[in-house]
Amino acid sequence: MNDIKVKVKDLSLRYGTNLALKNISMDIPEKMVTAFIGPSGCGKSTFLRTLNRMNDLIDNVTIEGEVLIDNINIYDKNIDVVNLRKKVGMIFQKSNPFAKSVYDNIAFGPRINGISQKSILDEIVEHSLKQAAIWDEVKDRLFNSALSLSGGQQQRICIARSLAVNPEIILMDEPASALDPISTAKIEELIHELKKQYTIIIVTHNMQQAARTSDLTALFYMGDLVEMNRTEVIFSNPAKKQTEDYISGRFG
Amino acid sequence: MELIRLKSKEQDAEMDIVTFNKKKFRFSDWFAEKVIKAVAFLSIAVVVLIFVFVFREAFPIFKMDKKEVVATEVLVQESYGGAETESGSVKVADNQVANSNIIHGQEEKPSSTLLSNTWMPVSDNPRYGMWPLFLGTLKVTLIALLFAAPLSILAAIYTSMFAKPRIREIIKPVIELLAGFPSVVIGFFALMVMATVFQDIFGYASRLNGFVGGIAMGLAAIPIIYTLTEDALTAVPKTFTEASLGLGASRRQTAFYVVLPAAVPGIFAAVVLGIGRIFGETMIALMATGNAAMISMNPFDSVRTLSATIGAEMAEVVFGDTHYNVLFLIGSLLFIFTFALNALAEFYFKNMVIRRYQSKK
Repeated sequence: MNDIKVKVKDLSLRYGTNLALKNISMDIPEKMVTAFIGPSGCGKSTFLRTLNRMNDLIDNVTIEGEVLIDNINIYDKNIDVVNLRKKVGMIFQKSNPFAKSVYDNIAFGPRINGISQKSILDEIVEHSLKQAAIWDEVKDRLFNSALSLSGGQQQRICIARSLAVNPEIILMDEPASALDPISTAKIEELIHELKKQYTIIIVTHNMQQAARTSDLTALFYMGDLVEMNRTEVIFSNPAKKQTEDYISGRFG
Repeated sequence: MELIRLKSKEQDAEMDIVTFNKKKFRFSDWFAEKVIKAVAFLSIAVVVLIFVFVFREAFPIFKMDKKEVVATEVLVQESYGGAETESGSVKVADNQVANSNIIHGQEEKPSSTLLSNTWMPVSDNPRYGMWPLFLGTLKVTLIALLFAAPLSILAAIYTSMFAKPRIREIIKPVIELLAGFPSVVIGFFALMVMATVFQDIFGYASRLNGFVGGIAMGLAAIPIIYTLTEDALTAVPKTFTEASLGLGASRRQTAFYVVLPAAVPGIFAAVVLGIGRIFGETMIALMATGNAAMISMNPFDSVRTLSATIGAEMAEVVFGDTHYNVLFLIGSLLFIFTFALNALAEFYFKNMVIRRYQSKK
């Protein structure tokens, strides 16, 4: 097992008075893929969004506990959320490229970080697109609108866009749920490639996807972390009855 | 359960058997549909009829070839300042009333003076030059827009992207309340308060002028521009905001580099509708601009707008007179302008917004 990148300690989250996450504790290793599975509304996406403080955008959210990334509590008062999010990138369920050209989409992150020299931007764009395995498909239409691409391509553009700001952790919130099997396969392949360099945390509804792509799997249910272990163990020999029931389709 | 049972029992008595093999005539549905339809068409008809009426009254100006008031003997030309007279050869110097050539029997179409530089409809030699009015309207519109657009757009950016929900819920209705402000009240305020204050600050000569009028009309346009801009900004998909923040952009960067560009067509539409509002605004123009039809680029000179001209002169004009027709011509032009602006906002910019977010191919 690799070093611990993210350490969560007794994290609870409330929407108003509704307790959505109950005392979650887990360790997420570096440069591996960790999958969160569980039925809808179990809190896995909410939990994912606590890792880069995306929940700050929602009113009425209160969070207790600690999330340590590289041993720094990201809920500390002095944390710079903007820089945190540069370090912890996020891919959303619905691909959301900006209504700009492919190039401008990728260059957005570097540009807001103050890079304006064209040669550097060109390099970053090309590198990020290659990393996201979409360079060959879009190299001839870098200046076309990103919205003119297919759903699967758009999602990989979004991945390239987040890679362009050099994150260390990439959070993926059901990145393939709106895509066809071929695009899904491409994204999964990509995840496999990316884990050599990045720590990847993926939320998925699709248990086969979790089994195929992840090294570790965590099952959430009703705001609780039911079980977390190596993926092979979860899918072949889970410790808890509830896990076995879920992965064999008996509930959820 | 009890309640439901009771109810259904009552209903049972009324509609015991439901059959659908025969079309049933439902009078109230039919009636409601017809009434709504009639009202909708009525409002369109009213607009069309106003349009027709205004144009019909304006039309004779192009047909009249004889000047109604034939200049007989010595023609006295009034003039304010160094305006050039219509007869061309004579220049009026230094506020002095000068005698011009005698234009015996010279027939002049009233419509030929429409593009002259003098608006002097009530005189022995009436001239209906609309340039000063156009210029005045444009000047006031520009001033109003330069004042209102940045203010309301920034306010909209603030409330839609930075303000906490509680603050937004105070600011938004307050600005929108301004839309319900009677323009005569704004005009009154401009006339009594703003004019004096601005004169103290800037120290210009005429107390009522394009600047005061423009600012006051800007006040009237702010709620329109603000509300529509706010709508345009909130219509930008939240996913854009999330994506941007997820990439480590600050709120300011997200607002100005992501949300604002995406909302540009909607903001354009808002500004265009604001222009329409300013264009047609009469009461404030009448009260605060000083109403002197003159050609000048100085924002601190008095101006007279197209709409104020109608407002001021329509009540005193001779029915059927050339002057009367010219006022209707001005009305038609205002109508066409605002119609064009609204159409532009409605069809062009709105489609642009829709295309922006939905274009897959």
